[in-house]
Amino acid sequence: MRRFAIPAVALVVAVALLALLAFGVAHQGTSLSIDASVARGQFPMAPDAHTKLPLLGAPGTTSLANMRGKIVVLNVFASWCQPCVAEAPILEQEQRQLVKNNATVLGVTYLDNSSDSEQFVQQHGVTYPVIRDVSGNFVKSFGTDGVPETFVINRRGRIVALRRYQLAGNWLQQTVSRILTQPA
Amino acid sequence: MTRVARHVAALAFLIALTAGPQALAPATASAAPTPRASLTDIENDVMCTSCREPLEVAQSPQANSERAYIRGLIAQGQTKQQILNNLVSQYGPAVLGKPPANGFNLTVYILPPAILILGAAILFVTLPRWRRRTKASAAHPTPGPTPLDPQEARRLDEDLARFGG
Repeated sequence: MRRFAIPAVALVVAVALLALLAFGVAHQGTSLSIDASVARGQFPMAPDAHTKLPLLGAPGTTSLANMRGKIVVLNVFASWCQPCVAEAPILEQEQRQLVKNNATVLGVTYLDNSSDSEQFVQQHGVTYPVIRDVSGNFVKSFGTDGVPETFVINRRGRIVALRRYQLAGNWLQQTVSRILTQPA
Repeated sequence: MTRVARHVAALAFLIALTAGPQALAPATASAAPTPRASLTDIENDVMCTSCREPLEVAQSPQANSERAYIRGLIAQGQTKQQILNNLVSQYGPAVLGKPPANGFNLTVYILPPAILILGAAILFVTLPRWRRRTKASAAHPTPGPTPLDPQEARRLDEDLARFGG
């Protein structure tokens, strides 16, 4: 019996390490379950809605829950991201229409220095609120692993459309127009 | 010193070794003045957040922006730890080359020394056994081949003779 004790311990340790590795790999990757749900037409609730994050360039915090009842176009961006620079005018143009309809764009900075983000906001004339997700946990709950990404959240706090790359064409305008016509 | 005590002492030395050189450093070292932070030193411990490469090799505009930010903090006289804390408060923990020691990340710090200690412990247990077995087998050599009975010996001689042996 004692002959098998050491190989048994080594085997248990090896299995435990493999289980740990599998757990780590499964939890480190980004989840694309939101994409799948939206594609099936099962609009999931926006995750981490009650997480309060600091506003960029202003005192105080805000959260998605604070905006319940509004249509929110959540845009994850960074000052170092060239596609984000390219889509900034599209978002700003849309914001001018959204504010008239109890809706807003909400920018979220991603792995970005606050002074660089503020410079980005000034350079591109951004007027919509921007929050800082320093830990990266808020955007990670949306499955974000890069920028830019845009999520359209309806008045009931559900994600109804998303774009994992640069906005192009009239996608944002058409998506928001469709949601604005839906009953609250 | 008994054999068990020798093993315990060797294991303790191994643990001290895996705990890092800080563990073996004299206590007076902590009282020494904090050295001035340098860009090269900090670049080793920091990642470029956009390209996900170590800052020391990254050449993107974001990497240059991070370097400029670090230079500004060095110019303010901040220590390396203060600068690292400042970078985390700006870019998040993803800016650090080594993950912070909490949650699942703890495995990065715990597992390698744990595996080393476990491996050493297994060797401490198994090696003396193997040596005892080897010594025992040397002391009592295995008996040679059993001699052939006369009938088999005769058959063997006949076969060899037939093949010209």
